[in-house]
Amino acid sequence: MKNSSRRGFMGMAFGAVAGVGAVASLYAMKRSWDPLPSVKAAGFTTLDMSAYKENELVTEKWRGKPIFVLKQSKEMLEKAKKNPKDLERLIKIGDDHFMVAVGLCTHLGCIPGYNPDEESFLCACHGGMYDSTALVTKAPPPRGLDIPPFKIDGNKLVLGEAGPEYKKMLETGVTLKV
Amino acid sequence: MAHFEKATSVHDWLNQRLAIDTVRRVMATEYWIPKNINFLWAMGMVLAVTFGLLLVSGIFLLMYYQPNVATAFDSVNYTIMREVEFGWLWRHVHGVAASVVFLIIYIHMFTGIYYGSYKKGREMIWISGMLLFVAFSAEAFSGYMLPWGQMSYWAGMVITNLFAGGSLHADGLVEWIRGDYVPAQAFLTRFFMLHVLLIPLAILGLIGLHFAALRIPHVNNQDGEEIDFDAEAKKYLAGDKAGSKVIRFANDFMAKDMMVVAFYLFFFFYLVFFHYDFAMDPVNFDPADGLKTPAHIYPEWYFLWSYEILRPFPTDPGLIAFAFAQVIFFLLPFLDRSPNAVPANRRGLFKIWFWVMLVDMIVLTAMGKLPPEGIFSTIGLYAAITFIALWVVLPFITKLERKL
Repeated sequence: MKNSSRRGFMGMAFGAVAGVGAVASLYAMKRSWDPLPSVKAAGFTTLDMSAYKENELVTEKWRGKPIFVLKQSKEMLEKAKKNPKDLERLIKIGDDHFMVAVGLCTHLGCIPGYNPDEESFLCACHGGMYDSTALVTKAPPPRGLDIPPFKIDGNKLVLGEAGPEYKKMLETGVTLKV
Repeated sequence: MAHFEKATSVHDWLNQRLAIDTVRRVMATEYWIPKNINFLWAMGMVLAVTFGLLLVSGIFLLMYYQPNVATAFDSVNYTIMREVEFGWLWRHVHGVAASVVFLIIYIHMFTGIYYGSYKKGREMIWISGMLLFVAFSAEAFSGYMLPWGQMSYWAGMVITNLFAGGSLHADGLVEWIRGDYVPAQAFLTRFFMLHVLLIPLAILGLIGLHFAALRIPHVNNQDGEEIDFDAEAKKYLAGDKAGSKVIRFANDFMAKDMMVVAFYLFFFFYLVFFHYDFAMDPVNFDPADGLKTPAHIYPEWYFLWSYEILRPFPTDPGLIAFAFAQVIFFLLPFLDRSPNAVPANRRGLFKIWFWVMLVDMIVLTAMGKLPPEGIFSTIGLYAAITFIALWVVLPFITKLERKL
Protein backbone atom coordinates (compact mmCIF):
# COMPACT_ATOMS: atom_id res chain seq x y z
CA MET A 1 0.00 0.00 0.00
CA LYS A 2 2.76 2.35 1.03
CA ASN A 3 4.71 1.30 -2.03
CA SER A 4 1.81 1.75 -4.43
CA SER A 5 0.97 5.22 -3.15
CA ARG A 6 4.61 6.19 -3.51
CA ARG A 7 4.50 4.88 -7.08
CA GLY A 8 1.28 6.78 -7.66
CA PHE A 9 2.89 9.97 -6.43
CA MET A 10 5.89 9.44 -8.70
CA GLY A 11 3.54 8.86 -11.59
CA MET A 12 1.65 12.05 -10.93
CA ALA A 13 4.83 14.05 -10.41
CA PHE A 14 6.19 12.76 -13.70
CA GLY A 15 2.88 13.50 -15.38
CA ALA A 16 2.91 17.08 -14.11
CA VAL A 17 6.49 17.71 -15.23
CA ALA A 18 5.85 16.10 -18.60
CA GLY A 19 2.61 18.08 -19.01
CA VAL A 20 4.35 21.40 -18.39
CA GLY A 21 7.13 20.37 -20.75
CA ALA A 22 4.65 19.34 -23.44
CA VAL A 23 2.73 22.62 -23.25
CA ALA A 24 5.98 24.61 -23.32
CA SER A 25 7.22 22.60 -26.32
CA LEU A 26 3.97 23.12 -28.18
CA TYR A 27 4.24 26.85 -27.58
CA ALA A 28 7.81 26.87 -28.92
CA MET A 29 6.72 24.85 -31.96
CA LYS A 30 3.82 27.19 -32.67
CA ARG A 31 6.12 30.21 -32.44
CA SER A 32 8.69 28.60 -34.73
CA TRP A 33 6.02 28.41 -37.44
CA ASP A 34 5.19 32.13 -37.10
CA PRO A 35 6.22 34.47 -39.94
CA LEU A 36 9.79 35.68 -39.31
CA PRO A 37 10.48 39.29 -38.26
CA SER A 38 12.12 39.86 -41.64
CA VAL A 39 8.96 38.67 -43.36
CA LYS A 40 6.79 40.92 -41.22
CA ALA A 41 9.09 43.91 -41.78
CA ALA A 42 8.73 43.33 -45.50
CA GLY A 43 4.96 43.54 -45.03
CA PHE A 44 5.10 47.32 -45.46
CA THR A 45 5.57 49.08 -48.77
CA THR A 46 6.11 52.83 -49.01
CA LEU A 47 5.10 54.49 -52.27
CA ASP A 48 6.27 57.93 -53.35
CA MET A 49 3.04 59.32 -54.78
CA SER A 50 4.68 62.23 -56.62
CA ALA A 51 6.20 59.85 -59.17
CA TYR A 52 2.98 58.65 -60.86
CA LYS A 53 1.56 59.95 -64.14
CA GLU A 54 -2.11 60.53 -64.89
CA ASN A 55 -4.03 57.64 -66.43
CA GLU A 56 -0.98 55.40 -66.41
CA LEU A 57 -1.43 52.18 -64.43
CA VAL A 58 1.55 51.14 -62.33
CA THR A 59 1.64 47.75 -60.59
CA GLU A 60 3.47 47.78 -57.27
CA LYS A 61 4.02 44.82 -54.97
CA TRP A 62 2.86 44.54 -51.37
CA ARG A 63 3.01 41.30 -49.38
CA GLY A 64 3.57 39.44 -52.63
CA LYS A 65 0.34 40.76 -54.12
CA PRO A 66 0.05 43.10 -57.11
CA ILE A 67 -1.10 46.62 -56.14
CA PHE A 68 -2.65 48.83 -58.81
CA VAL A 69 -1.86 52.54 -58.57
CA LEU A 70 -3.74 54.79 -60.99
CA LYS A 71 -3.41 58.57 -60.76
CA GLN A 72 -6.72 60.12 -61.81
CA SER A 73 -6.76 62.70 -64.59
CA LYS A 74 -9.05 65.76 -64.36
CA GLU A 75 -11.67 64.15 -66.59
CA MET A 76 -11.58 60.92 -64.60
CA LEU A 77 -12.06 62.86 -61.37
CA GLU A 78 -15.00 64.79 -62.86
CA LYS A 79 -16.57 61.50 -63.86
CA ALA A 80 -15.94 60.04 -60.39
CA LYS A 81 -17.54 63.05 -58.70
CA LYS A 82 -20.85 62.17 -60.35
CA ASN A 83 -20.97 58.86 -58.47
CA PRO A 84 -20.33 59.01 -54.70
CA LYS A 85 -19.45 55.30 -54.75
CA ASP A 86 -16.60 56.12 -57.11
CA LEU A 87 -15.38 59.18 -55.26
CA GLU A 88 -15.16 57.55 -51.84
CA ARG A 89 -12.78 54.91 -53.24
CA LEU A 90 -10.15 57.49 -54.18
CA ILE A 91 -7.26 58.48 -51.95
CA LYS A 92 -6.47 62.19 -51.87
CA ILE A 93 -2.84 63.15 -51.46
CA GLY A 94 -2.17 66.87 -51.74
CA ASP A 95 -4.29 67.93 -54.69
CA ASP A 96 -4.06 64.61 -56.49
CA HIS A 97 -6.47 61.69 -56.40
CA PHE A 98 -5.34 58.09 -56.64
CA MET A 99 -6.95 54.74 -57.08
CA VAL A 100 -4.90 52.24 -55.05
CA ALA A 101 -6.18 48.65 -54.91
CA VAL A 102 -5.11 45.02 -54.74
CA GLY A 103 -4.90 43.97 -58.39
CA LEU A 104 -6.70 40.67 -57.96
CA CYS A 105 -10.19 40.20 -59.38
CA THR A 106 -12.64 39.78 -56.50
CA HIS A 107 -14.25 36.93 -58.41
CA LEU A 108 -11.54 34.26 -58.48
CA GLY A 109 -8.30 36.17 -58.06
CA CYS A 110 -7.10 36.67 -61.64
CA ILE A 111 -5.25 39.88 -62.48
CA PRO A 112 -7.37 42.29 -64.59
CA GLY A 113 -5.79 44.33 -67.38
CA TYR A 114 -6.15 48.12 -67.80
CA ASN A 115 -7.20 49.84 -71.00
CA PRO A 116 -6.16 53.53 -70.75
CA ASP A 117 -8.28 54.58 -73.74
CA GLU A 118 -11.50 53.28 -72.25
CA GLU A 119 -10.29 54.01 -68.71
CA SER A 120 -11.50 50.62 -67.51
CA PHE A 121 -10.27 47.23 -66.31
CA LEU A 122 -11.18 43.92 -67.92
CA CYS A 123 -10.55 40.56 -66.28
CA ALA A 124 -9.84 38.08 -69.05
CA CYS A 125 -10.74 35.05 -66.95
CA HIS A 126 -14.52 35.51 -66.72
CA GLY A 127 -15.14 38.90 -68.31
CA GLY A 128 -15.56 41.02 -65.16
CA MET A 129 -15.09 44.80 -65.65
CA TYR A 130 -14.15 47.71 -63.40
CA ASP A 131 -14.09 51.49 -63.96
CA SER A 132 -11.13 53.80 -63.30
CA THR A 133 -11.71 53.78 -59.53
CA ALA A 134 -11.81 49.93 -59.69
CA LEU A 135 -15.52 49.87 -58.91
CA VAL A 136 -17.14 46.84 -60.52
CA THR A 137 -19.22 47.65 -63.60
CA LYS A 138 -19.83 44.18 -64.97
CA ALA A 139 -20.36 40.87 -63.12
CA PRO A 140 -19.29 38.21 -62.11
CA PRO A 141 -17.04 40.03 -59.57
CA PRO A 142 -19.10 40.60 -56.41
CA ARG A 143 -17.45 43.95 -55.54
CA GLY A 144 -14.80 46.44 -56.58
CA LEU A 145 -11.12 45.69 -56.11
CA ASP A 146 -10.14 45.60 -52.45
CA ILE A 147 -8.14 48.50 -51.07
CA PRO A 148 -5.07 47.55 -48.99
CA PRO A 149 -4.52 49.10 -45.54
CA PHE A 150 -2.78 52.44 -46.09
CA LYS A 151 -1.59 55.45 -44.17
CA ILE A 152 -0.99 58.83 -45.74
CA ASP A 153 2.36 60.24 -44.71
CA GLY A 154 2.84 63.62 -46.42
CA ASN A 155 3.56 62.84 -50.05
CA LYS A 156 4.02 59.16 -49.30
CA LEU A 157 1.63 56.27 -48.92
CA VAL A 158 2.53 53.46 -46.49
CA LEU A 159 0.82 50.17 -47.38
CA GLY A 160 0.29 47.70 -44.55
CA GLU A 161 -0.48 50.32 -41.90
CA ALA A 162 -4.07 51.37 -41.25
CA GLY A 163 -4.45 55.17 -41.15
CA PRO A 164 -7.66 57.10 -40.30
CA GLU A 165 -8.72 57.41 -43.96
CA TYR A 166 -8.45 53.63 -44.42
CA LYS A 167 -10.32 52.91 -41.20
CA LYS A 168 -13.14 55.14 -42.40
CA MET A 169 -13.29 53.17 -45.66
CA LEU A 170 -13.58 49.94 -43.68
CA GLU A 171 -16.35 51.33 -41.48
CA THR A 172 -18.39 52.64 -44.39
CA GLY A 173 -17.92 49.37 -46.27
CA VAL A 174 -16.05 50.89 -49.21
CA THR A 175 -13.62 47.98 -49.03
CA LEU A 176 -13.24 44.67 -47.24
CA LYS A 177 -10.28 43.93 -45.01
CA VAL A 178 -7.42 42.45 -47.04
CA MET B 1 20.84 -14.05 -18.10
CA ALA B 2 18.94 -16.23 -20.53
CA HIS B 3 20.46 -19.55 -21.46
CA PHE B 4 22.15 -19.88 -24.86
CA GLU B 5 23.66 -23.00 -26.42
CA LYS B 6 26.36 -23.36 -29.01
CA ALA B 7 24.62 -22.78 -32.32
CA THR B 8 24.48 -25.57 -34.88
CA SER B 9 23.98 -23.21 -37.84
CA VAL B 10 23.61 -19.55 -38.72
CA HIS B 11 19.86 -20.08 -38.72
CA ASP B 12 19.99 -21.57 -35.21
CA TRP B 13 22.30 -18.78 -34.03
CA LEU B 14 19.80 -16.16 -35.20
CA ASN B 15 16.84 -18.15 -33.95
CA GLN B 16 18.23 -18.27 -30.41
CA ARG B 17 18.67 -14.51 -30.42
CA LEU B 18 15.77 -13.22 -32.55
CA ALA B 19 13.27 -16.09 -32.57
CA ILE B 20 13.09 -15.86 -36.35
CA ASP B 21 11.11 -19.09 -36.68
CA THR B 22 8.39 -17.76 -34.39
CA VAL B 23 8.30 -14.42 -36.20
CA ARG B 24 7.99 -16.19 -39.55
CA ARG B 25 5.21 -18.39 -38.28
CA VAL B 26 3.22 -15.56 -36.73
CA MET B 27 3.69 -13.09 -39.58
CA ALA B 28 3.59 -15.38 -42.59
CA THR B 29 3.11 -19.13 -42.54
CA GLU B 30 0.36 -19.17 -39.92
CA TYR B 31 -1.33 -15.92 -40.81
CA TRP B 32 -4.49 -17.19 -42.44
CA ILE B 33 -6.22 -15.83 -45.54
CA PRO B 34 -9.65 -17.04 -46.72
CA LYS B 35 -9.76 -18.88 -50.03
CA ASN B 36 -12.94 -17.22 -51.34
CA ILE B 37 -11.47 -13.86 -52.35
CA ASN B 38 -10.66 -12.31 -55.73
CA PHE B 39 -8.01 -10.10 -57.32
CA LEU B 40 -9.44 -7.00 -55.58
CA TRP B 41 -7.91 -8.35 -52.37
CA ALA B 42 -4.46 -7.78 -53.86
CA MET B 43 -4.82 -3.97 -53.83
CA GLY B 44 -3.20 -3.73 -50.39
CA MET B 45 -0.04 -5.35 -51.72
CA VAL B 46 -0.21 -3.19 -54.85
CA LEU B 47 -0.35 -0.13 -52.60
CA ALA B 48 2.58 -1.34 -50.50
CA VAL B 49 4.64 -1.84 -53.68
CA THR B 50 3.64 1.61 -55.00
CA PHE B 51 4.64 3.18 -51.69
CA GLY B 52 8.00 1.42 -52.05
CA LEU B 53 8.40 2.88 -55.56
CA LEU B 54 7.60 6.36 -54.21
CA LEU B 55 10.12 5.95 -51.42
CA VAL B 56 12.98 4.76 -53.65
CA SER B 57 12.37 7.32 -56.42
CA GLY B 58 11.95 10.01 -53.75
CA ILE B 59 15.33 9.20 -52.23
CA PHE B 60 17.04 9.80 -55.58
CA LEU B 61 15.12 13.03 -56.25
CA LEU B 62 16.06 14.24 -52.77
CA MET B 63 19.75 14.14 -53.68
CA TYR B 64 19.40 16.89 -56.29
CA TYR B 65 16.27 18.80 -55.35
CA GLN B 66 16.85 22.25 -53.79
CA PRO B 67 14.09 23.62 -51.50
CA ASN B 68 14.76 27.26 -52.37
CA VAL B 69 12.34 29.55 -54.22
CA ALA B 70 15.15 30.75 -56.49
CA THR B 71 16.51 27.33 -57.45
CA ALA B 72 13.73 24.77 -56.85
CA PHE B 73 12.22 25.02 -60.34
CA ASP B 74 15.55 24.61 -62.12
CA SER B 75 16.76 21.87 -59.79
CA VAL B 76 13.76 19.82 -60.94
CA ASN B 77 13.37 20.85 -64.55
CA TYR B 78 17.01 21.30 -65.44
CA THR B 79 19.24 19.43 -62.99
CA ILE B 80 17.12 16.35 -62.42
CA MET B 81 15.55 16.18 -65.87
CA ARG B 82 18.60 16.98 -68.01
CA GLU B 83 21.81 16.64 -66.05
CA VAL B 84 21.30 13.70 -63.69
CA GLU B 85 21.65 10.35 -65.48
CA PHE B 86 18.23 8.66 -65.29
CA GLY B 87 16.94 11.65 -63.30
CA TRP B 88 13.91 11.65 -65.62
CA LEU B 89 13.20 8.06 -64.58
CA TRP B 90 12.98 8.90 -60.87
CA ARG B 91 10.86 11.94 -61.53
CA HIS B 92 8.43 10.13 -63.80
CA VAL B 93 8.23 7.13 -61.47
CA HIS B 94 7.55 9.51 -58.58
CA GLY B 95 4.97 11.58 -60.45
CA VAL B 96 3.14 8.62 -62.00
CA ALA B 97 3.17 6.66 -58.72
CA ALA B 98 1.80 9.67 -56.83
CA SER B 99 -1.13 9.75 -59.23
CA VAL B 100 -1.72 6.01 -59.63
CA VAL B 101 -1.51 5.41 -55.87
CA PHE B 102 -4.79 7.32 -55.55
CA LEU B 103 -6.44 5.24 -58.26
CA ILE B 104 -5.54 2.10 -56.30
CA ILE B 105 -6.59 3.70 -53.00
CA TYR B 106 -10.03 4.45 -54.46
CA ILE B 107 -10.36 0.89 -55.81
CA HIS B 108 -9.25 -0.42 -52.40
CA MET B 109 -11.82 1.81 -50.65
CA PHE B 110 -14.73 0.94 -52.89
CA THR B 111 -13.84 -2.77 -52.62
CA GLY B 112 -14.14 -2.38 -48.86
CA ILE B 113 -17.45 -0.54 -49.19
CA TYR B 114 -18.90 -3.09 -51.62
CA TYR B 115 -18.03 -6.13 -49.51
CA GLY B 116 -18.86 -4.53 -46.15
CA SER B 117 -15.28 -4.87 -44.93
CA TYR B 118 -15.66 -1.96 -42.48
CA LYS B 119 -18.15 -3.71 -40.20
CA LYS B 120 -18.36 -6.28 -37.44
CA GLY B 121 -14.95 -5.85 -35.84
CA ARG B 122 -13.29 -4.37 -38.93
CA GLU B 123 -14.05 -0.73 -38.02
CA MET B 124 -10.44 0.03 -37.06
CA ILE B 125 -9.23 -1.25 -40.43
CA TRP B 126 -11.53 1.26 -42.10
CA ILE B 127 -10.60 4.16 -39.80
CA SER B 128 -6.85 3.55 -40.04
CA GLY B 129 -7.29 3.26 -43.81
CA MET B 130 -9.07 6.61 -43.92
CA LEU B 131 -6.27 8.14 -41.83
CA LEU B 132 -3.87 6.79 -44.45
CA PHE B 133 -5.98 8.41 -47.16
CA VAL B 134 -5.72 11.77 -45.37
CA ALA B 135 -1.97 11.33 -44.85
CA PHE B 136 -1.48 10.42 -48.54
CA SER B 137 -3.53 13.47 -49.55
CA ALA B 138 -1.33 15.73 -47.43
CA GLU B 139 1.75 14.00 -48.84
CA ALA B 140 0.53 14.52 -52.42
CA PHE B 141 -0.31 18.17 -51.83
CA SER B 142 2.98 19.01 -50.10
CA GLY B 143 4.90 17.22 -52.85
CA TYR B 144 3.02 19.15 -55.51
CA MET B 145 4.44 22.39 -54.04
CA LEU B 146 8.05 21.37 -54.48
CA PRO B 147 8.69 21.97 -58.24
CA TRP B 148 7.59 25.57 -57.53
CA GLY B 149 5.83 26.01 -60.85
CA GLN B 150 2.73 28.10 -61.50
CA MET B 151 0.32 25.33 -60.48
CA SER B 152 2.38 24.60 -57.34
CA TYR B 153 2.23 28.23 -56.31
CA TRP B 154 -1.43 28.87 -57.05
CA ALA B 155 -2.63 25.53 -55.70
CA GLY B 156 -0.68 26.38 -52.55
CA MET B 157 -2.32 29.80 -52.46
CA VAL B 158 -5.86 28.49 -52.97
CA ILE B 159 -5.62 25.50 -50.63
CA THR B 160 -4.04 27.43 -47.76
CA ASN B 161 -6.70 30.13 -48.29
CA LEU B 162 -9.32 27.51 -47.40
CA PHE B 163 -8.05 27.69 -43.82
CA ALA B 164 -9.31 31.27 -43.60
CA GLY B 165 -12.74 29.61 -43.23
CA GLY B 166 -14.59 31.95 -45.62
CA SER B 167 -16.38 34.68 -43.68
CA LEU B 168 -14.42 33.84 -40.54
CA HIS B 169 -11.49 35.64 -42.23
CA ALA B 170 -8.92 33.75 -40.17
CA ASP B 171 -6.12 35.36 -42.18
CA GLY B 172 -3.77 35.06 -39.21
CA LEU B 173 -4.09 31.27 -39.36
CA VAL B 174 -3.37 31.26 -43.10
CA GLU B 175 -0.30 33.45 -42.60
CA TRP B 176 0.82 31.19 -39.76
CA ILE B 177 0.56 28.11 -41.97
CA ARG B 178 2.48 29.85 -44.76
CA GLY B 179 4.96 31.65 -42.55
CA ASP B 180 4.38 34.61 -44.87
CA TYR B 181 1.58 36.65 -46.41
CA VAL B 182 1.85 34.63 -49.60
CA PRO B 183 3.53 31.29 -50.39
CA ALA B 184 7.26 32.11 -50.28
CA GLN B 185 10.52 30.71 -48.92
CA ALA B 186 9.19 29.80 -45.46
CA PHE B 187 6.23 28.05 -47.10
CA LEU B 188 8.39 26.05 -49.51
CA THR B 189 10.87 24.89 -46.85
CA ARG B 190 8.21 23.81 -44.37
CA PHE B 191 6.24 21.89 -46.98
CA PHE B 192 9.50 20.28 -48.05
CA MET B 193 10.04 19.16 -44.46
CA LEU B 194 6.47 17.82 -44.26
CA HIS B 195 6.84 15.99 -47.57
CA VAL B 196 10.14 14.26 -46.92
CA LEU B 197 9.99 13.63 -43.18
CA LEU B 198 6.95 14.25 -41.01
CA ILE B 199 4.16 12.93 -43.27
CA PRO B 200 6.14 9.87 -44.47
CA LEU B 201 6.81 9.04 -40.79
CA ALA B 202 3.10 9.32 -40.09
CA ILE B 203 2.34 7.14 -43.12
CA LEU B 204 4.75 4.43 -41.94
CA GLY B 205 3.16 4.47 -38.49
CA LEU B 206 -0.34 4.33 -39.97
CA ILE B 207 0.59 1.43 -42.26
CA GLY B 208 1.68 -0.43 -39.12
CA LEU B 209 -1.64 0.38 -37.48
CA HIS B 210 -3.58 -0.63 -40.60
CA PHE B 211 -1.87 -4.04 -40.66
CA ALA B 212 -2.31 -4.49 -36.92
CA ALA B 213 -6.02 -3.69 -37.24
CA LEU B 214 -6.30 -6.55 -39.73
CA ARG B 215 -4.71 -9.10 -37.45
CA ILE B 216 -7.61 -10.02 -35.18
CA PRO B 217 -10.65 -9.75 -37.50
CA HIS B 218 -8.65 -11.10 -40.49
CA VAL B 219 -9.45 -10.07 -44.06
CA ASN B 220 -13.04 -10.26 -45.23
CA ASN B 221 -14.12 -12.58 -48.06
CA GLN B 222 -16.27 -12.12 -51.13
CA ASP B 223 -19.25 -14.07 -49.76
CA GLY B 224 -19.60 -12.25 -46.45
CA GLU B 225 -18.99 -15.58 -44.75
CA GLU B 226 -18.08 -15.61 -41.06
CA ILE B 227 -15.08 -17.93 -40.88
CA ASP B 228 -13.80 -19.55 -37.69
CA PHE B 229 -10.13 -18.98 -38.44
CA ASP B 230 -8.83 -21.11 -35.56
CA ALA B 231 -10.88 -24.15 -36.57
CA GLU B 232 -10.05 -23.77 -40.26
CA ALA B 233 -6.36 -23.31 -39.48
CA LYS B 234 -6.38 -26.51 -37.41
CA LYS B 235 -8.00 -28.35 -40.29
CA TYR B 236 -5.33 -27.02 -42.68
CA LEU B 237 -2.44 -27.93 -40.37
CA ALA B 238 -3.93 -31.42 -39.87
CA GLY B 239 -3.45 -31.96 -43.59
CA ASP B 240 -6.96 -31.24 -44.93
CA LYS B 241 -5.80 -28.43 -47.19
CA ALA B 242 -8.63 -28.93 -49.68
CA GLY B 243 -11.33 -28.96 -47.02
CA SER B 244 -10.02 -25.95 -45.10
CA LYS B 245 -11.42 -22.55 -45.97
CA VAL B 246 -8.09 -20.80 -45.40
CA ILE B 247 -4.56 -20.82 -46.79
CA ARG B 248 -1.24 -19.54 -45.49
CA PHE B 249 -0.44 -15.87 -46.17
CA ALA B 250 3.09 -16.77 -47.25
CA ASN B 251 4.11 -18.16 -49.52
CA ASP B 252 0.77 -19.50 -50.75
CA PHE B 253 -1.42 -16.42 -50.85
CA MET B 254 1.55 -14.12 -51.56
CA ALA B 255 2.17 -15.98 -54.80
CA LYS B 256 -1.23 -14.87 -56.10
CA ASP B 257 -0.82 -11.39 -54.65
CA MET B 258 2.48 -10.92 -56.41
CA MET B 259 1.03 -12.09 -59.71
CA VAL B 260 -1.50 -9.25 -59.54
CA VAL B 261 1.38 -6.94 -58.58
CA ALA B 262 3.27 -8.13 -61.67
CA PHE B 263 0.34 -7.24 -63.97
CA TYR B 264 0.04 -3.92 -62.19
CA LEU B 265 3.73 -3.16 -62.70
CA PHE B 266 3.41 -3.73 -66.47
CA PHE B 267 0.63 -1.13 -66.48
CA PHE B 268 2.60 1.16 -64.17
CA PHE B 269 5.82 1.17 -66.19
CA TYR B 270 3.84 1.49 -69.42
CA LEU B 271 2.59 4.79 -67.96
CA VAL B 272 6.05 5.80 -66.73
CA PHE B 273 7.70 5.27 -70.11
CA PHE B 274 4.93 6.22 -72.56
CA HIS B 275 2.29 8.27 -70.78
CA TYR B 276 4.03 10.04 -67.89
CA ASP B 277 2.62 13.33 -69.18
CA PHE B 278 -0.82 12.63 -67.69
CA ALA B 279 0.75 13.19 -64.28
CA MET B 280 2.57 16.38 -65.34
CA ASP B 281 0.44 19.49 -65.67
CA PRO B 282 1.77 21.70 -68.51
CA VAL B 283 1.00 24.86 -66.47
CA ASN B 284 3.48 23.68 -63.86
CA PHE B 285 6.29 23.98 -66.40
CA ASP B 286 6.11 27.77 -65.95
CA PRO B 287 8.03 28.99 -62.89
CA ALA B 288 5.93 30.27 -59.97
CA ASP B 289 4.84 33.89 -60.42
CA GLY B 290 2.81 35.60 -57.71
CA LEU B 291 1.82 38.37 -60.11
CA LYS B 292 0.31 36.15 -62.80
CA THR B 293 -2.67 33.85 -62.24
CA PRO B 294 -3.22 30.81 -64.47
CA ALA B 295 -6.58 31.01 -66.29
CA HIS B 296 -7.88 27.87 -64.60
CA ILE B 297 -6.69 26.63 -61.24
CA TYR B 298 -7.67 23.01 -60.67
CA PRO B 299 -6.22 20.24 -58.52
CA GLU B 300 -4.88 16.87 -59.65
CA TRP B 301 -7.59 14.40 -60.71
CA TYR B 302 -7.75 12.60 -57.36
CA PHE B 303 -8.90 15.74 -55.53
CA LEU B 304 -11.39 16.85 -58.18
CA TRP B 305 -14.45 15.20 -56.60
CA SER B 306 -14.07 17.10 -53.31
CA TYR B 307 -13.08 20.29 -55.17
CA GLU B 308 -16.32 20.01 -57.16
CA ILE B 309 -18.28 19.74 -53.89
CA LEU B 310 -16.67 23.04 -52.82
CA ARG B 311 -17.14 24.88 -56.09
CA PRO B 312 -20.84 25.14 -57.01
CA PHE B 313 -21.87 26.72 -53.70
CA PRO B 314 -21.28 30.24 -52.37
CA THR B 315 -18.13 30.55 -50.22
CA ASP B 316 -19.41 29.58 -46.76
CA PRO B 317 -21.82 26.75 -47.63
CA GLY B 318 -19.17 25.54 -50.08
CA LEU B 319 -16.57 25.28 -47.31
CA ILE B 320 -19.02 23.45 -45.07
CA ALA B 321 -19.88 21.00 -47.87
CA PHE B 322 -16.16 20.52 -48.53
CA ALA B 323 -15.40 19.86 -44.85
CA PHE B 324 -18.33 17.41 -44.79
CA ALA B 325 -16.93 15.54 -47.80
CA GLN B 326 -13.49 15.33 -46.18
CA VAL B 327 -14.63 13.64 -42.97
CA ILE B 328 -17.82 11.77 -43.83
CA PHE B 329 -16.14 8.61 -45.12
CA PHE B 330 -14.62 8.12 -41.65
CA LEU B 331 -18.13 7.64 -40.26
CA LEU B 332 -19.19 4.97 -42.75
CA PRO B 333 -19.03 2.06 -40.21
CA PHE B 334 -21.34 3.97 -37.88
CA LEU B 335 -23.75 5.41 -40.45
CA ASP B 336 -24.33 1.97 -41.93
CA ARG B 337 -26.93 0.63 -39.47
CA SER B 338 -27.43 -2.72 -41.15
CA PRO B 339 -26.44 -5.90 -39.27
CA ASN B 340 -25.29 -7.51 -42.52
CA ALA B 341 -21.62 -7.59 -43.48
CA VAL B 342 -22.17 -9.09 -46.92
CA PRO B 343 -21.55 -7.94 -50.51
CA ALA B 344 -23.68 -5.02 -51.65
CA ASN B 345 -25.49 -7.09 -54.30
CA ARG B 346 -27.29 -8.97 -51.51
CA ARG B 347 -28.23 -5.88 -49.53
CA GLY B 348 -31.20 -4.39 -51.38
CA LEU B 349 -31.20 -0.60 -51.27
CA PHE B 350 -27.54 -0.45 -50.25
CA LYS B 351 -26.66 -2.00 -53.61
CA ILE B 352 -28.26 1.01 -55.33
CA TRP B 353 -26.60 3.36 -52.83
CA PHE B 354 -23.20 1.89 -53.65
CA TRP B 355 -23.47 2.26 -57.42
CA VAL B 356 -25.03 5.72 -57.26
CA MET B 357 -22.20 6.83 -54.94
CA LEU B 358 -19.55 5.42 -57.27
CA VAL B 359 -21.07 7.02 -60.38
CA ASP B 360 -21.66 10.29 -58.52
CA MET B 361 -17.99 10.50 -57.54
CA ILE B 362 -16.95 9.87 -61.14
CA VAL B 363 -19.33 12.62 -62.32
CA LEU B 364 -17.97 15.00 -59.67
CA THR B 365 -14.44 14.20 -60.81
CA ALA B 366 -15.29 14.90 -64.46
CA MET B 367 -17.12 18.16 -63.68
CA GLY B 368 -14.30 19.34 -61.40
CA LYS B 369 -11.94 19.31 -64.36
CA LEU B 370 -14.25 21.30 -66.66
CA PRO B 371 -14.58 25.08 -66.40
CA PRO B 372 -17.49 26.05 -64.10
CA GLU B 373 -19.77 27.29 -66.86
CA GLY B 374 -23.26 26.57 -68.17
CA ILE B 375 -24.45 22.98 -68.11
CA PHE B 376 -21.28 21.74 -66.39
CA SER B 377 -21.82 23.86 -63.30
CA THR B 378 -25.46 22.71 -63.13
CA ILE B 379 -24.45 19.04 -63.36
CA GLY B 380 -21.73 19.71 -60.77
CA LEU B 381 -24.23 21.30 -58.41
CA TYR B 382 -26.67 18.38 -58.63
CA ALA B 383 -23.85 15.85 -58.26
CA ALA B 384 -22.65 17.67 -55.11
CA ILE B 385 -26.16 17.71 -53.67
CA THR B 386 -26.54 14.00 -54.53
CA PHE B 387 -23.30 13.25 -52.66
CA ILE B 388 -24.55 14.93 -49.50
CA ALA B 389 -28.05 13.43 -49.83
CA LEU B 390 -26.60 9.92 -50.19
CA TRP B 391 -24.90 10.24 -46.81
CA VAL B 392 -28.02 11.63 -45.20
CA VAL B 393 -30.17 8.70 -46.36
CA LEU B 394 -27.56 6.01 -45.60
CA PRO B 395 -28.57 5.39 -41.94
CA PHE B 396 -32.23 5.13 -42.91
CA ILE B 397 -31.93 2.75 -45.85
CA THR B 398 -29.52 0.49 -43.95
CA LYS B 399 -31.81 0.50 -40.91
CA LEU B 400 -34.61 -0.81 -43.13
CA GLU B 401 -32.46 -3.69 -44.29
CA ARG B 402 -33.65 -7.15 -43.27
CA LYS B 403 -31.18 -9.29 -41.37
CA LEU B 404 -29.90 -11.98 -43.71
